[in-house]
Amino acid sequence: MDFELTEEQRDIKKAAKEFAEGEFDKELALELEREHKFPWDIWKKACELGFIGIHFPEEWGGGGYGIFENALVVEEFCRVDSGIGIALSLADFSSEIILRFGTQEQKKTFLIPITEGKAISSGGFTEPDHGSDITIMSTQAVRDRDEFVINGTKTFITNGTIADFTIVLCQTDFDASPPYRGQCTIIVEKGRKGFEANEIGEKMGIKMTSTAELSFRDVRVPVSNLVGEEKRGFYQVLEFFDESRIEIAAQAVGIAQGAYERALNYAKERTQFGKKIAQFQVIQHKLAEMATKIETARLLLYKAAWNFDQGRIDPKLTSMAKFYAGRVAVEVTDEAIQIFGGYGYTTEYEVERFYRDARITEIYEGTREIQKNTISSAILGKLK
Amino acid sequence: MDIIVCVKRVPETAEVDLAIERDEKDIVKKDLVFDINEWDNYAMEEAVRIKENIGGTVTAVTLGEEDSRETLRRCLAMGADRAMILADPALQGSDAYATALALHQAIKKERYDLILTGVQASDDGYAQVGGILAEMLGIPHVTMVTKVDIQGKLAKVRRELEGGLEEELEVELPALFTIQTGINEPRYVSIMGIRKARGKEIRELMVKDLELTEDEVGQKGSQIHLEKVFLPPVEKEAEIIQGDPSQISERLLEIIKEKGGVI
Repeated sequence: MDFELTEEQRDIKKAAKEFAEGEFDKELALELEREHKFPWDIWKKACELGFIGIHFPEEWGGGGYGIFENALVVEEFCRVDSGIGIALSLADFSSEIILRFGTQEQKKTFLIPITEGKAISSGGFTEPDHGSDITIMSTQAVRDRDEFVINGTKTFITNGTIADFTIVLCQTDFDASPPYRGQCTIIVEKGRKGFEANEIGEKMGIKMTSTAELSFRDVRVPVSNLVGEEKRGFYQVLEFFDESRIEIAAQAVGIAQGAYERALNYAKERTQFGKKIAQFQVIQHKLAEMATKIETARLLLYKAAWNFDQGRIDPKLTSMAKFYAGRVAVEVTDEAIQIFGGYGYTTEYEVERFYRDARITEIYEGTREIQKNTISSAILGKLK
Repeated sequence: MDIIVCVKRVPETAEVDLAIERDEKDIVKKDLVFDINEWDNYAMEEAVRIKENIGGTVTAVTLGEEDSRETLRRCLAMGADRAMILADPALQGSDAYATALALHQAIKKERYDLILTGVQASDDGYAQVGGILAEMLGIPHVTMVTKVDIQGKLAKVRRELEGGLEEELEVELPALFTIQTGINEPRYVSIMGIRKARGKEIRELMVKDLELTEDEVGQKGSQIHLEKVFLPPVEKEAEIIQGDPSQISERLLEIIKEKGGVI
C-alpha cells in the first residue's frame, strides 16, 4: 500500500497546475461563459503541451500515460477554472471507444488529430426517449452494400456542434433479443450529408461546452467507420462508461477543490463582528467538512483510476467514485457560496459558476441514481 | 554550444504569512510550496532556446537538498540534456562563496562555452554566486542580462543599468551571464518533456567527488555567518489624516514640503 504519487505523477500534476494558472484567465473565463464559447486558444496550447490525450499511447500522439495521469490533469484544470477545465477535459470525449476497440487505421485517422489540436470528438448515445436506458436505440443503421445508412436523433450530445466526428450508438439488428445485442458504434464525420447539429438551448452551467441535438437523415458512411464488432456496441459503451466516469469524478474533485480554496482564502480575509470569519467555529467546521469530503472523494477517484490502469474493470468502484465525487462537488460548492455570502452569489467571485458547473457531474455520464443502481446490483447480485 | 545552467529550488513566499524558526536561523519552510527560482527559470529557457537555434547541449546543475531533484527534473523536461546535483549534506549552509566554490569544482571539468545563472535567488537574494563562480573559472561575466545573441565565438549581450538604461556588450566565450527576468517567456513544462526527462541522467556529486574537504564547504567554508533571521519590525510611521478635504489636503501639502517633495 502506497498513497504517494510517483515523481512523474507529481511532475505532471505540477505541469498541469502551472499551465492552468498561467493560461486560465478569470476575465477570459467570464467572457467565454457569457458568450458560450469553447476556449479554442487554450485548447490548442493544451494539445501542444500534450495534456489532451495524455492517456493515448505514444504511437497515436499521446503521452503514453494512464487515465490516472489524465485524472490528475483534469483535476488541476477544473480546480483552476471549472468551465475551462470541463471544456478541455471533454475535448477528446468518447475517443477512447476508438482507442480501445477501433482498427489501426481508425486510430491513425481519428486519434492523432485529437492530440495535435486539429480535431474535437464526441459520443452520441443519449436519445430523446433513451437517456439513462440505452438498452434499446431508436437511431438505426441499415447496411446498404459497403455503406451504413443512419436515421435517428440524439440529444444532450457533448461537443455536438463543434466536434469533427461523433461516435454514434445505433441499432443495427432489429430482431436481436435482448435488443442491446443488436447495437453497434459508428463514426460519423461532420459534414456528412443529412447530418445536422444544433445547440439544445440555454443551460444552467458548462456554458463553454457545446451540448447539442444531432439529427441523422439518411446519413451514409462507409462500413469502415464501424468501430469493432457489429453486435458489440452496447458493451463497448458500457466499458467506455467505466473509463469516462472516472474522468467526470476527476472534474468533480477539481471543482470542489477550487471552490474550497477560494472559500478558505476568503474566510481568512473577511472580517465580520470584529474578527476574521475563519475565527468563527461555524466557518471552521464548514471548512473541515469540505476538506474531509474532498479528500474522501479524491481517494475514491484515485483508487478507481489506478484500478482501471491495472487493467481491471470494476463498475462498482467507478460508479462509487463518480457518484460520491459528484455529490461532494455540489455540496462543497454550495457551502463555498454560503461562506462568501452575498458576494458568492455574484459572478465576480466564481463560486456560483463552480456550483452551476458542479451540478452536471451528478447528471451526465450516468445520473447519480444510475450509479447507485450499478453499485447496488454489484453489492446484491441477483435477488431470488 | 555547450551550456551549463545553475538553478536553485526555492520556497514560494509571495503570498504567505512567513514565520521564523525557533533558532532564528531560517523561516519555517515545512508548509511552503517550492519551485525553481524565478530568475533561473528564465536562464533555463534562454539556454534551451540557444540550443534549439544553434545546437549543442544544456546541463542543469544545482546545489541543494535531495528534494532539488524535482527542480532538475523540471529542467530536463524543459529541454536540458543532463543534470548534476550537489546534495551532500556537508554542503548545506553554504554561503555564496562556498556555493560558488562547489559549483566551480563541479563545472571546471565539464565542457562549456556558456554558463547561465539567474541574477539572484528569491530566498536569500545575495546575487553573488554568478560573479564569484566566473572569477573562479577565470572567465568574463555580465550581470543582469536582458538579451543574448550568440555570434560564433562572441556573444552580444544587453544588460540592465539603473534608471531604465541598458548597455550592449560584446563578450568573448566562454563567459558567464546572470539572466534577468523578462528576457524571454519561459515555456510550460510539456507532457512529452516529462516523459523524455525520465530517460535522462541526474548525476550526484559528493564533496569528495568535488575534490573538496568538508571544511571548505557548508557553514565551515563560508565567509558569511548568519546571525539571525527576523521579520521587519512594524514601524509606527503612519499618520492618519483626519478632517474635511481642505484640511486633509493642507496637511498633505505640509508633509510633502517637510519631506522635501517638489511642490
